[in-house]
Amino acid sequence: MAKITMREAISQALMEEMDRDPAVFIMGEEVGVWGGTYAVTKGFYDKYGADRVKDTPIAENAIVGAAIGAAMVGQRPIAELMTINFAFSAMDYIVNQAPKLHYMFGGQFTVPLVIRAVGGGGRQLGATHSQTPDAIFAHFPGLKVVSPGTPEDAKGLLKSAIRSNDPILFIEHATMYQVRGEVPEGEYLIPIGKSKVQRAGKDLTIVTYCKGLELSMKAADELSKEGIEAEIVDLRTLRPLDMEPVLESFKKTNRAIVVEEGWKSYGVGSEIVSRMYEEAFDYIDAPILRVAQKEVPLPYNRALEQAALPQVPDIIAAAKEVLR
Amino acid sequence: MKKEQQLDMYHQMVLIRRVEERGAELYQAGKIGGFMHLYIGQEAVSTGLIAAREPRDRVITAYRDHGVAINCGLSADEVMAELLGKATGMSKGKGGSMHMASVEKNMWGGHAIVGGHLPIAAGLALGDQYAKNDNVTICMFGDGATNIGYFHEALNLAKTWGLRVLWVCENNQYGMGTSVERASAVSDIRQKAEGYAMKNAEVNGMDVMAVYEAAKEAIQYVRKEGQPYFLEVDTYRFRGHSMGDPERYRKAEEVKQWQENDPIGIFNKYLLDTKASTRKGLDEIEARVEEEVNKAVEFAEASPEPALEELFTNVYVEEVNR
Repeated sequence: MAKITMREAISQALMEEMDRDPAVFIMGEEVGVWGGTYAVTKGFYDKYGADRVKDTPIAENAIVGAAIGAAMVGQRPIAELMTINFAFSAMDYIVNQAPKLHYMFGGQFTVPLVIRAVGGGGRQLGATHSQTPDAIFAHFPGLKVVSPGTPEDAKGLLKSAIRSNDPILFIEHATMYQVRGEVPEGEYLIPIGKSKVQRAGKDLTIVTYCKGLELSMKAADELSKEGIEAEIVDLRTLRPLDMEPVLESFKKTNRAIVVEEGWKSYGVGSEIVSRMYEEAFDYIDAPILRVAQKEVPLPYNRALEQAALPQVPDIIAAAKEVLR
Repeated sequence: MKKEQQLDMYHQMVLIRRVEERGAELYQAGKIGGFMHLYIGQEAVSTGLIAAREPRDRVITAYRDHGVAINCGLSADEVMAELLGKATGMSKGKGGSMHMASVEKNMWGGHAIVGGHLPIAAGLALGDQYAKNDNVTICMFGDGATNIGYFHEALNLAKTWGLRVLWVCENNQYGMGTSVERASAVSDIRQKAEGYAMKNAEVNGMDVMAVYEAAKEAIQYVRKEGQPYFLEVDTYRFRGHSMGDPERYRKAEEVKQWQENDPIGIFNKYLLDTKASTRKGLDEIEARVEEEVNKAVEFAEASPEPALEELFTNVYVEEVNR
């Protein structure tokens, strides 16, 4: 097992798939000559050329819309949005075109498209550049929404996404590109739509994904010192949602919290907790709690921003609360 | 052009007209739901355009798509069945009036978000550019679509990247009930193409042969030069924007004036004047259309509703847990 960063994992996935399939190409703002604003596609332009690493105008409708069209006629584009906050500028394509085209025309069109987008707060970018709006996108049938929390998952899931014939929004986190983790040697794929137990435990279940996984792992280490063993279930894919490992864990622990970086209201946690009440009501020993972002636009000031984002102590407190 | 092709075009125009007239009756009878936008009055536009394409050239349009579907080679049966929401429609009854398409006929929809299909059209052409072929994508849209951001992003991308798109603005003088003058900074719409240094032309959309000639030239330019082209086509819809249009925004005299330039009447006269056909020959075509449309209505009415299981098919290509 090699230990690599999240950035390297994503970069490797892109490169391996571009080497494997000539129909795969990348388009987005500053993906080429610049090398990607988060340096994920550094070196790609020199290796693959301008045809396969396309610098676009700053025009999100054109980026995602044209990627959809190219996908419809058999190419496999990867459209990169510099940040997920710019996805709102292309909302029609992400939620109202790509997810509808296969269904609405009776299966005639397919849209094998990956939209990569960087989300998340914590970099003092102010309210319009720091959001974690994942739940909005997961609302729409026809779209798949993937958001990995480890380099291993990022690589395996992105490769699967590129090979999928469905439109997929692949959400990365702006503060996680330097996170290191072990990845298997050689080629591997991780199936989309499968949650995974990332840490075994018996006392409570923490359901989370992406940045929440990093925070929850730290919280679990702290809790372990106090004799509390948390089991962590990483959703990895928000739609289609795989509740099986969540329910299986919960039926064992009977206590749970959900950790996400987005806002609590109408969020991922709202969905998970509802499903647990619907599907595992008899196993509930304590109210299921949500740890999420404070209900404010994220401020610039570092201390204020950190106060708004969910933190390790918040997770520890919530875990102790459900164990009370 | 060979007279056989001209007669085929006449057949298509009359077929569009009659399919839609019958469609309107079925709509009033409550057999067609949702929105339905009739192409009546604009038949010469898509008929002329699509007659000028090669089969490998792609067509994509907005929601006023019944005529385009027929011109691309979809049958009246399939169009009528989709209007009635039946399983035998080309979109299996899941798309309806605004969402007709056929990959086989290179007809890429039927799109109902105004201007939304323009970046997608650029993408179809991008796919072809990436595949290193010289197929042309013909993208049709109304005057109303030229005021929305999608239009500008798509034209800019097409010109910047040298995408083979023939942009066709069907200027029917109104975006819903708002006239071009009330909605667009320039009423000469092709001026907008000038802003993107895009070659452009204007043509009378009531004259199918004029549209054909203009389209032929435009398609040749796009294919050869590897550059987009903008064609503004002046036309008029004789019916309301959709079936529920009170038509408070235009005067009956204006409609009447345009109706005197009925594209089918103009072409009928042209075919007789040029001796491409006799009166009897054209009457026979019209009689054949009547039979086709009667058969299409019978077919659609007799066709099964989609099975309830169809509700859950085609959400994704790959099987997923819900």
